[in-house]
Amino acid sequence: MEKGLLLELKNVSAGYNETKIIHDISLAIDEGEIVALMGPNGAGKSTILKAIFGLITHIGDVLLEGEKIYPSPHELVKMGVAYVPQGRRVFNNLTVKENLELGGYSLKDNKECMRRAEHLFNLFPALHAKHDKLAGTLSGGQQQLLSTARGLMTEPKLLLLDEPTLGLSPKVVKEIFQTIKDINQNKKTAILVVEHNLHSLLPITNRAYVLVHGKIVATDTGSNIAKSDILERVFMGKI
Amino acid sequence: MEYIFHITILISIYGILALAQNLVMGSAGLLTIAGAAFYGIGAYTAAILATAFGFNIFTTLIIAPIVAGLIALGIGISFARFRDDYFLLATLGFLMIFNTVVRNWENVTGGSFGIAGIPKPHIFSLTFDTPFSFLVLALIVLFIVIGICYFISRSSFGRVLNAIREDEDALKIFGYKTSTYKLMVFVIGAMLSSLGGVLLASYITFIDANLFTVNESILLWAMIILGGIAKNRGALLGALLLITIPEALRFFGFPNEIAGLMRQCIYGLLLVFLMLYRPKGILGQYKL
Repeated sequence: MEKGLLLELKNVSAGYNETKIIHDISLAIDEGEIVALMGPNGAGKSTILKAIFGLITHIGDVLLEGEKIYPSPHELVKMGVAYVPQGRRVFNNLTVKENLELGGYSLKDNKECMRRAEHLFNLFPALHAKHDKLAGTLSGGQQQLLSTARGLMTEPKLLLLDEPTLGLSPKVVKEIFQTIKDINQNKKTAILVVEHNLHSLLPITNRAYVLVHGKIVATDTGSNIAKSDILERVFMGKI
Repeated sequence: MEYIFHITILISIYGILALAQNLVMGSAGLLTIAGAAFYGIGAYTAAILATAFGFNIFTTLIIAPIVAGLIALGIGISFARFRDDYFLLATLGFLMIFNTVVRNWENVTGGSFGIAGIPKPHIFSLTFDTPFSFLVLALIVLFIVIGICYFISRSSFGRVLNAIREDEDALKIFGYKTSTYKLMVFVIGAMLSSLGGVLLASYITFIDANLFTVNESILLWAMIILGGIAKNRGALLGALLLITIPEALRFFGFPNEIAGLMRQCIYGLLLVFLMLYRPKGILGQYKL
């Protein structure tokens, strides 16, 4: 069965104040896909996620399931898009369970919120064991799991993940990528992920976009990108 | 004994004010110096209604929070675009405007002469005109405010306020309209502060603009910082300590005028020492 187009960006430019970071970006994500955004520091990967989620203003078109949208976090959460920001951003002085419940704001029904929190505890047993502990007492890897789980509280169609393995040990990085793969396979959640850890990410992605200076310079399947020399050339500054 | 009742009444009134300040500043992390203004709005509402229109003080305990809440709603909406230091400066501006208005609007507020002859509360044949009876009333209001603050701090609303204090931008990611929550807690804090103002006006039976200056707001800051930010118990402990410590100076033989001046010095010194050595306060978990 052919997958439908979930999110499309057409000629999107965005930045901060007067400075444009991304220029005329066009990309697409199908339902249930894992898509990677890759590139060196300052290429505009995180800016694309922020523009999609309405955290910064943009020009150009953002289409969700074929409908043009004018993104704001409040509306996008309701439309089934969740964003897991860089740096985990868990609420240190609230418990793991309270962090999860905050992620379910748009659900309104308290029972449904509880049910989903329980479901996520089953999906992430490491969090279940620490459900009543303050998030600030968790390790970096556990905080990342919590941040990702919190983004899944609304059972989104599309999960935007910004640098999910930043500052984590190789063992934890492996676990995080396994979790991303599991979420994608079990929940059929499409994932747009910004990541530096290319070797771990590429094998699980359906598609990857390579960015340099705010422009897409290559797009292909994860395995083809891995086989080509594009990443080497990009990171060596040859493009 | 009457002196102890007097001090306990003051602790109760300042306990209410400190709890309200803690709700806004401690729980939600909204830096505001407008506490004394809403305290004053409560006091002036009670004083004007009771002296000019013959209202019972018990009635003003209901009307004053409504008046303070509506003013806070207008101010909160106007200041919604400000954050952190800018919000603090905007609330300072509001306090200065309030103080200037009550100091100069002679027809309504009595100007610099203030309002005298504010009656004691009475209900049926019972008048709360003795220190003990007024203490009972002040404690009842204090316990109601404690109940409200504990209810909020344990509710999902309180949890959102805590999350706003920690990382407002992260909370917006989940679709929260944080400005609405901040406005709500600002209004609730103002309503609770006004209750302290009503009690003060009725207790001392005279008010003027000098009671509601920036010094009073700084005192409320000192109370919650000393007791511990974001802790209801901390706010109460701060009120207890900062009312009783200056009073203790009288027992060391300082004349009243000197003791009064030293009070300000003690508040200032305590704030400096706390920032240096115990920024979380006595019972607190969080730094300012």
